[in-house]
Amino acid sequence: MAVLALSARPQGRQAMGRDLAHLSDEALVALVARADDAALAELYDRFGRVAYGLALRVVRDPGLAEDAVQESFLAVWRSAGRFVAERAKASTWILTLVHRRAVDIVRREQTRRADPLDTAPVATAETTEEEAWLRLRRTRVQEALRQLPDKQREAIELAYYGGFTQSELADRLGEPLGTIKSRMFVGLARLRELLVEPGLEEKQWNAQEFTS
Amino acid sequence: MERTGIHELSAAYALDALDPADERAFEEHLSRCPECREHVAAFHEAAAGLGHATPAPAPPPHLRERILSLVRAERGANVAPLRPRWAFRATAAAAAVAACAALGLGLWAASLKSQVDDRGQVIALDGAQGSLVVAPSGEVTLVVSDLPMAPVGRTYEAWVIEDGKAKAAGIFKGGANPTAVELTQPVPDGAIVAVTLERAGGVDQPETDPLFTSREPV
Repeated sequence: MAVLALSARPQGRQAMGRDLAHLSDEALVALVARADDAALAELYDRFGRVAYGLALRVVRDPGLAEDAVQESFLAVWRSAGRFVAERAKASTWILTLVHRRAVDIVRREQTRRADPLDTAPVATAETTEEEAWLRLRRTRVQEALRQLPDKQREAIELAYYGGFTQSELADRLGEPLGTIKSRMFVGLARLRELLVEPGLEEKQWNAQEFTS
Repeated sequence: MERTGIHELSAAYALDALDPADERAFEEHLSRCPECREHVAAFHEAAAGLGHATPAPAPPPHLRERILSLVRAERGANVAPLRPRWAFRATAAAAAVAACAALGLGLWAASLKSQVDDRGQVIALDGAQGSLVVAPSGEVTLVVSDLPMAPVGRTYEAWVIEDGKAKAAGIFKGGANPTAVELTQPVPDGAIVAVTLERAGGVDQPETDPLFTSREPV
């Protein structure tokens, strides 16, 4: 499934003292479950940046974003033994933890949550191979999002990036709660279909050649 | 709620967008509904795709080191060998510096090492940067640098451990630099001090492994 391929990485990264770069994300989690801190470091090197970007987008404060990333990687460390590779990809599991922490923090802090579309953090100049790769993945998901009807996209983006609950969204958008619930379900189901379309695999292949 | 209604919550669950009551109801439902578990797994994956769609500025370099040192502290806290003391006797002046730290003034680091006296004691920590300052009066202050704020719903808890028994010695949130905590328990000769991360409000007996400990007995 293409969503799985989203977390594949370009080769040629700097290896650590012990070469873990060839291991799958899931194999690294299995090592982390056996208290291997080098494996956790490798997972951080693979996903720390995306994790931080996501956390920053949700909490809108660099210090709080660090807290969210730190808490989630500690959660990875503590609960790696409960991760079941058959049920989820490691990258999905990690980003799920990051998002949950970020949402908990933004709700706790009662941060004024503005429209995530208007205030998304500006990307830094992206020049390295890794950065080009990240940008490519981002573009693909953004393309899929753009194909959703406006109202579905709005509900999903405000929920995921803004940290709003369904009832908060109903208030904010002046819509019945039931409408928001259906919209979110239909929208995310459609987004999922868009993300697993086979055409995306080809784009990824070409782009990988381009970036390496 | 009717059956189709609760199934529909799987998307919002994966987006962390359920209101608390719906979340409880859905999690209860999830334990009995394999179909919803499938949906949630697929929706989590789509949500992770959204996570990838956000600009990804590089995190500050210290974050990696902080996470790894916390992790190593958790792993090593139980097995850390006792190392030679860099600790030394502290003067009343050093104790006063520690008191400043306890007020959040952060002056402690500069002069502790240069002051020596027979009455107070400073003991290094294993698993964290900082020290345990035993004032001549017997008051004990724990001073820790770069201790991040405790995660949501959890608290740091200090323990005085003597003869294998732990006594709760105060809870604290961390996040100040340095974090300084006056222990609520005396620390008898031969006891060590340990800190764990527990659920908010604190617990009567430690439920997690120590994050860091005093390097040697008082």
